[in-house]
Parts: sequence; structure tokens; C-alpha cells
Amino acid sequence: MSDLALTLARIQFGFTISFHIVFPAITIGLASYLAVLEARWLQTKNTVYLDLYHFWVKLFSLFFGMGVVSGLVMAYQFGTNWAGFSNVAGSVTGPLLAYEVMTAFFLEAGFLGVMLFGWNKVGPSLHFTATVMVAIGTLISATWILASNSWMHTPQGFSLVDGKIIPVDWFKIIFNPSFPYRLVHMVIGAYLATALFVVASAAWQLLRGKDNAGVRKMLSMGLWLILLLAPLQVMVGDMHGLNTLKYQPAKIAAIEAHWENKGEEATPLVLLAWPDIAQEKNLFSLEIPVLGSLILRHSLTAQIPALKEFAPQDRPNATIIFWTFRIMVGLGMLMILLAVASTWLRYKKQLYQHKPFLRFATLMGPAGVIAILAGWFTTEVGRQPWVVYGVLRTVDAVTPHTTGEVALTLGLFVVIYLAVFGMGMVYVLRLVNIGPKSGEALHGDAISIAPTEGQAFALAPEFHPAAKSTSNKEDH
Amino acid sequence: MDLSLTWAIIILFGIMMYIIMDGFDLGIGILYPFFTEKSDRDLMMNTVAPVWDGNETWLVLGGAGLLAAFPLAYSVILSALSLPLLFMLMALIFRGVAFEFRFKANESERHFWDKAFIGGSIAATFFQGMTLGAYLQGIKVVDQAYAGGALDWISPFSTFTGLGLLVTYALLGSTWLILKTSGDLQSICYKLSKQISVVLLGIIVVISLWTPWMDSRIAARWFSMPNILWLSPVPVLVGLCFFQLQRALQRRAETSPFIYTLGLVMLGYAGLGISIWPNIIPPNLSIQAAAAPASSQQFALVGALIIIPMILMYTAWGYYIFRGKVSKDEAYH
Repeated sequence: MSDLALTLARIQFGFTISFHIVFPAITIGLASYLAVLEARWLQTKNTVYLDLYHFWVKLFSLFFGMGVVSGLVMAYQFGTNWAGFSNVAGSVTGPLLAYEVMTAFFLEAGFLGVMLFGWNKVGPSLHFTATVMVAIGTLISATWILASNSWMHTPQGFSLVDGKIIPVDWFKIIFNPSFPYRLVHMVIGAYLATALFVVASAAWQLLRGKDNAGVRKMLSMGLWLILLLAPLQVMVGDMHGLNTLKYQPAKIAAIEAHWENKGEEATPLVLLAWPDIAQEKNLFSLEIPVLGSLILRHSLTAQIPALKEFAPQDRPNATIIFWTFRIMVGLGMLMILLAVASTWLRYKKQLYQHKPFLRFATLMGPAGVIAILAGWFTTEVGRQPWVVYGVLRTVDAVTPHTTGEVALTLGLFVVIYLAVFGMGMVYVLRLVNIGPKSGEALHGDAISIAPTEGQAFALAPEFHPAAKSTSNKEDH
Repeated sequence: MDLSLTWAIIILFGIMMYIIMDGFDLGIGILYPFFTEKSDRDLMMNTVAPVWDGNETWLVLGGAGLLAAFPLAYSVILSALSLPLLFMLMALIFRGVAFEFRFKANESERHFWDKAFIGGSIAATFFQGMTLGAYLQGIKVVDQAYAGGALDWISPFSTFTGLGLLVTYALLGSTWLILKTSGDLQSICYKLSKQISVVLLGIIVVISLWTPWMDSRIAARWFSMPNILWLSPVPVLVGLCFFQLQRALQRRAETSPFIYTLGLVMLGYAGLGISIWPNIIPPNLSIQAAAAPASSQQFALVGALIIIPMILMYTAWGYYIFRGKVSKDEAYH
């Protein structure tokens, strides 16, 4: 196994999972959003909600389809490329993955059919149940996968016998120290990414002069959610950081580009820098004294461990994660700015007309997804050189394929992913560009207007165009 | 009952569910070239659109179950067969997204996703079949790791099993379409089913002769006393299913062709299982030797025994909701 083959295998995993993670993140958010929309529709009978449901369910199904196929690759890649990991740690990650499949994937898949195709086949409450089941499925899925991933960062509840991990206490394995923080941080991240995407879609429609009740509702609901979640995410992120400091201090030192502690001096916060790994220092840096101690220790004097306190072969790549972390945090700050600005414009009653704000909101569309990717890189690259922190090194986890073999499959994945998911994004953007229409359910074929045999979905009165005029005027 | 044995049965069950369920929806992609009208293709796709995702999930359960209960087997088998498996996954990407993309594409783009669906279904099936063939031929293991080359999976036998699986899924697909459609489309499927089933019988016969000829242990399993008595019902039942299938197609029955095809597939699957039992990595690593720690198998088993029956129930409910012939106006797209 050459170094190059290992690097290529890591790139392959990083590449395939980076694509994959985007789709579940958006489907977690959209599934909950759809459940809320359908609940509001059942509650209020306001057809705006139903229009939005029919618009977003198309996008949901696109993202879901891409998530399924890219996830299938992940489930098998552990074995095809990471045989050492599967053999040594499979006794822990395998059962967790099996629970994910049994409790989440089947639930989502089983009810997705009814959710997408069942409008004529089941009644409204059963259809709503299907939507809720799919939403719950996405959250259960996140729970198991993050239990497994968190355990790889903060492993406990096992013993080592002949170099193999033997699970001893499943409660400890699942509820490992970083799990709660990671799960909450990720789910909020998924909701934020979806809300930003929804808000940007609405803002884009308004900028183009397509103003209707559905577009306004989208913008308004999404911005309320961002206002609630963006500040909350900062708090959760801070708690997650403290947890990481406790269990993975080398990661924090690398994120902070903090090479050494000088005497008793409090740790500064390095705002910008270029960490040079070979020279073990920052080529330039912009620092705020004491702030690092304040943020990470909540103290004015306590130091944090520095990179030089760890052997060079045990340090993660500071150059990468210093920057990915700052991208995540920077985007988080912009999200808060967006939410605060929206609140001010709401107060001024200009939310739907203020062009610079709408342009900003449009540009922020991909921010949540980029922040998730940046955060994911920070935490995963920060775990290196370990696959299971302190237990199994990445170099011992890889399948000893030849360089040619890994290069071939990596090349194919790059070509296929860019082509297939690139086209997928084209379809997503096309739909976004069309935007939600009022009376979509009436014009579309989602609900056939002709009476069907059996359980017809008796919606006709709500769909009468005359009923529209009232809903369009609704204020927010 | 023994934990490892229970898990082996669960995994075998999961893989069988996968073969019969994703089998018929992959079969639809394989049969696509026989139907060129857009409306026929829309209809074919809509017979499986609400269920394909659930069908494919059984493949993930097979992988996850293997990792949970037999991590050694998972790591060895998947590294030995990594190329055909990765090719299969890439093919499944194309056909999976085709379900959504096809309906969202412009007129001018649709042909591309039709081809992706056809090519993806054929390639996924063929590489699955090759994986199966290479697995049956045996995997070289030294010190708990795969010890063969990257291309060991390519052989005349694995190529034949690849083609064999294409025929198998095509028959599952065509009899499924008989069940779900009517009119001209159904008539063509009756004709296709007849031809495909004859080819499939030939393939079953060839594999039944090829495997014992290839491996003396498999020959001993089938042809020694008293095994030969215990196992003789398998070929007899295959013959019976084939005969009944032909009759059902002749009198244009709508449900039973699919049922008899399922019978053929399950018998073929059982035959292969009997050939390699009790090994999990043929030719000589047994289920017991590859088992995960008991704590892993127990923990996952509690869930499996409770949840899998629930999965089967709501899967059945889903199929019940979408029972009957598919009509043209059923898509949500």
C-alpha cells in the first residue's frame, strides 16, 4: 500500500461523502418543512400551504433520490476501501448502521411512496401520517449515523482483544461524550441549510417580480426559523467546541493554529493566519489577545493545549482545518446578520420589497450547505491521523488496493458524480426558477380532479379558483 | 438458537428480498429497449416508482447486517469484490436518479435518462451477477484479509452468472408488468416472458452442472447419499415451477406468472445456498469463524427481531395501497 494509494482512498471517501452529506442535510430540513406545511394546511385549510407542499415535494424527491443513491455508495465503501476499519471496528459501527437501516431507511422508503404517489389512494390524515413518518425517518437516520460517527471521535464502552474492538456497553457507545453536541449541531445545521435555501428561492422570485402568497409565506417562514436557529447554533457550536477541547485537544489546537503556549500568557484568538506545518508556526497572523482563553476556557487566564505538545505524527492538518472552521463560523455570522436584518425589515414592513436584502438572501442560499461541508471537514480532518480516535489509525484502516485500482474508481466517481449530481442541481435550479404557483394542486396532476373510485380525495371546494382570492391577501 | 446462525438466516433473507424486489424493478430497465413509446415507458416506470426505493433498501440491509454480524466476512468479501461492487453502485446511481430526473427533463434530454435507466439497470444487474459468480468460486483469504488480485473476479463462470442474472431479472420484470398492466404492453410481456423463461431454464441447468464440475465439494454436497434424497426436491420443484409458468402464460393468467417466477428465483437461490453452506466466505471460512463478538450480534438481533416484522408489515401495506393495474394518470410528476 503506497502513500499515494492511501491519499487517493482518503480523497475518494472525502469526495463521495461530501456529495452525500448535502442531500440528507437538505432532506432532513425539507421533510420537516413539508410536515409543517401539510399540518398547517390541514389546520387552516389555507391552500397556500398546499401549493407550497406540492412545490417543495418535487424538490424533496429530487434531493431524496440523490441522497439514496449516493448513500448506497457509502454503505458499501466501508468494506470496499476500508477493510481494516470494517474488520477492527465493524463490531461497533455495523450494529449502529444496521439499526439505521432498520429504523430509518425502511421507514422513509416505505412511506415515501405514499407521500409522493398516494394523494388519490389514501385519505388526508393517512397522507399526513406518511409525511410525518418520512420526516421522523430522516431524524432517526441522523441520530444513528451521528452516534456512530461521534463514537469514532470519542470512543468508549469497548475493550480491545487481539487488536479488535469488542463492544462492552452499548449505552456508553451510543451516548458517547460528543454525541449529543454533534447530533444537535448537525440537525440544526440541516434545518438552517434548508431554511436558507427556501428563503433564497423566495427572494429570487421576488427579485424577478413574481410576488404571490406562496412566495411570501416561504420567505417569512424561513426567516423566522433562521432567526431562531442561527443564534442557537452559535451556542451549540460553542458547547461542541468545549467538548472537543476536552476529548480532542489536538484538533482544537490545530483549528486555532495555536502552536505553543508562552509562559503564563492567556491564549489569544487567531483571527486570520496561514499555518505552516513544516515550520510549525503561522506565516502571518492576526490575533486578539486573551480571546481564545475566553471563548474556549471561559476564563481570562487559562491556556489551551498547543500543537507542539503533541507529537508531529499525531497532529491533524492545521492549514486545512484552520480555514474550514473559519468559513463555517463566518457563514454563521452572516446568517445571524440576515436574520437580524429581516427582523428590522419586518418591523419596517419592507421585507418583501427591499432589493438589497433580497439579493443578500439569494446569495446566502448555498451558505448553509457550505457551512455544513466546512464544519464536516473541520471535524473529520481534525480527527486525523485516527479513524477511531486514539484507537485505530487511518493508515491501518485502509484496504491495500493498488494505486491504479483506487485511481480508477476515484476517477469514475468524480466523472459520474459531477455529471449526475450536476444535472440534478440543474433540475433543482430549474424548479426553483419556476417557483411555487397558486393553485398548483389544481393544475398539476398530483391530485386528479376527476372523481376516482374508492377513497377519492375530496378537496374540490378548496380548489375552486374563487377560494384563492381570499388566501392571496393574507398578511404575514 | 445459535446467534451466528440466526444472523446468517436474517442476512440470507435480506438478500433474497433484495433479489426478488429490486429484481423486478431492475428488470423493467432491462426490458425498456423492447418498448419505445414514451407512454409505455412512463407506465412501466410508474409500476415501480412508489416502491423501488424500499426495494433497494434491502441491499443496504444485507450490507449492514453483514458488517454488524460478520465484520470479517464483510471486509474480506467487499475488498475482494470491490471493483464489481463499485461498478454496480455507480450503475445504480444512474438508474436511481433516472426515476426522478426523467420526469423533470426536457423533451430533448429525456432520451439521455432513458438510456441511463437502461444502461444503469443492465450494468448493475450484470455486475451483481458477476459478484455472485466470483463469490461462489471462492475468495482467497490469508491472515484475515483478502489475498487475491484486483481482477480475480473476472472469469468465464462469473461472466455467465452475470448474464444469467440479467435473464432472471428480465423475467421478474416482464411477469411483474403482466401483473400491473393491460392491453398491448401486457401482450408483449406475455410473449417476452415465454422466451425469457426458456432461456432462464437453460441457465439454471448450466449453473447446476457447472458448479459441481467446478468444485468437488459442491459435487459432494449434492450427489452423495443421503443428501441426494434430501435435495432432489429442488430440481423437481424447478421443473414444476417452469411447467406451471408456461401453462399460466399460455392461458394468459395475470398473477400466477409472477408467482411462479418468484418460485424459480427462490429455488435457484436456495440451490446456491445449499452449495456453499455453512461457509460465509467460500471455499472454507465458516459462519462461526467469521462471527462478530456476541455483544454485537445480540445487540443488533434484538432490533432485527422486533423491527424486521414491522418493516414487512408496512412494506406489505405500501404494496397494498398501490395494488392493481397502473393507470396513466397516477404519477405525481
